[in-house]
Amino acid sequence: MDTKRFIARHVVDLPKSGIRDFFEIVAKMKDVISLGIGEPDFDTPWHIREAAIYALEKGKTHYTSNLGLIELRRAITKYVEKVFKISYRPEDEVIVTVGVSEALDIAFRALVNPGDKVMFHQPCYVSYHPSVTLTHGIGVPVPTYAKDNFALTAEALAAAWQPGCKLLVLNLPCNPTGGTCNRAQLEAIAKFVVEKDLLVLSDEIYSELTFEGEHVSLASLPGMRERTIFLHGFSKAFAMTGWRIGYACGPADLIEAMMKVHQYSMMCASIISQEAAIEALLRGEDGMKAMREQYHRRRDFIVRRLNEIGLKCHLPRGSFYAFPSVAVSGMSEKDFALGLLQAERVAVVPGTAFGANGAGFVRACFATSYEQLIEATDRMDRYVSGLRR
Amino acid sequence: MLMNPVLKLLIEGGSLNPAQMAQVLGLTEQEINSHLEQLKKEKIFLGWRPVLNLSKESAAAVRAVIEVKITPERGGGFNRLAERISRFDEVESCYLMSGGYDLLVFVNGESLQKVASFVSEKLSTIEGVLSTATHFMLRSYKEQGYLMDVVQEDNGRLKVVP
Ligand SMILES: Cc1ncc(COP(=O)(O)O)c(C=O)c1O
Repeated sequence: MDTKRFIARHVVDLPKSGIRDFFEIVAKMKDVISLGIGEPDFDTPWHIREAAIYALEKGKTHYTSNLGLIELRRAITKYVEKVFKISYRPEDEVIVTVGVSEALDIAFRALVNPGDKVMFHQPCYVSYHPSVTLTHGIGVPVPTYAKDNFALTAEALAAAWQPGCKLLVLNLPCNPTGGTCNRAQLEAIAKFVVEKDLLVLSDEIYSELTFEGEHVSLASLPGMRERTIFLHGFSKAFAMTGWRIGYACGPADLIEAMMKVHQYSMMCASIISQEAAIEALLRGEDGMKAMREQYHRRRDFIVRRLNEIGLKCHLPRGSFYAFPSVAVSGMSEKDFALGLLQAERVAVVPGTAFGANGAGFVRACFATSYEQLIEATDRMDRYVSGLRR
Repeated sequence: MLMNPVLKLLIEGGSLNPAQMAQVLGLTEQEINSHLEQLKKEKIFLGWRPVLNLSKESAAAVRAVIEVKITPERGGGFNRLAERISRFDEVESCYLMSGGYDLLVFVNGESLQKVASFVSEKLSTIEGVLSTATHFMLRSYKEQGYLMDVVQEDNGRLKVVP
């Protein structure tokens, strides 16, 4: 029987993630050093895991309120106020979600009418465009460039803008480029946003992993709080990817709309993960800073080595990704990544997995041990010098 | 104060050798070695030692923790006696403590007898040592940051994720 005919048209048309293809090849190979893993190599700090065990022992096995535990929402608003200088009411301006992933999903579903246009800078996180498509919206990619260290510029926004644009998704620091914006660049973006009457979804999941200079939240700029939904989570900074926990903060009406979708689909985030998240916010800062320091040193190492090898790479100011150009190889990013994998068993992700604007680049995640980074870059060196000969 | 970068790498628990440290920090191996020398001169970096799980060895060593009360001396306090005790090869570590006793002494020996005789013949006979309480260690669960006998299971981390 042709079961495929039951599948919704817009899902049939949805392209498979480029990362998925690559994962399938890598999974079949042995002794691969993977720089393709977009998550911390650290396990969650023990005190956070222990808090979850304690919660289980105390019988925390029930549903929570749709918005999430009020203790967690209070901890979140305190943290967001302290770190990002934006204040939200824990009662009705925060929703706890199953990762930033769910926060993005319910935001799109709550906000996008069929045909609405959603802008996002590209290269970008793999799910933005498909998520927009799934809500029958239209994705409008805005290119970022190596010459700007992949910061989003107001000029690029203005050039990409079309009538019907309603939302702008920001991800600063950015997966996969590590690019971010300084205050002046954000002010220019804010001006554009007001001019075009856009609402912003600001995915700041890598913000704690900013290595130099300040991380500025768009919502902290004058007039932007009411135009921004701030999305954040615990996956990256607190090494909690498997817990699936994140949150959104924003004006009460918008959070209420997201809550409607959340209530009928997810009901609430896992209570165990919520308990763990409280512990992370209350006592996780030192551990988080220690991890950041290690990422920082690893970044300095890998970027220096990549440039030595000839894989030209800007210094990413945040995230744990290096995004070097493979121009020196004379190959496309896909051929380069495949060749490197086959010849030297090092996995990097072709930049086009993050959208067409990633052409000519690969993503190398440096959330892995020094030993592995040294070995991986030595192998890349051998591969690239082999190509040059 | 800016921390010596080599010291930071050492603290991170790196099992990195000087050549690898040089790579990570973008210095030459000579520069790493001179950093290490400097740290040694300042008595911050005292030396390399392996962390071993000796219960895995057939010739398992016996370890004891000894609480020692001593008389402080005018001028020197506890230092002279503590140093004197520390000099014994059997003594692995020695700390001055607050609370019910003065020194906490970690002792290593080939057998129960050897440790016992060290305590009765050497330690407790020193002028100024008032009393000792010896506790033999039965089992080690964590040694200087390393968990013992915990099988590091594959945590199932995927090879490529977005
Ligand atoms: C930019 C970005 N947003 C969101 C996510 C998903 O995060 P979460 O684990 O909170 O769902 C990721 C994960 O890779 C990401 O890189």
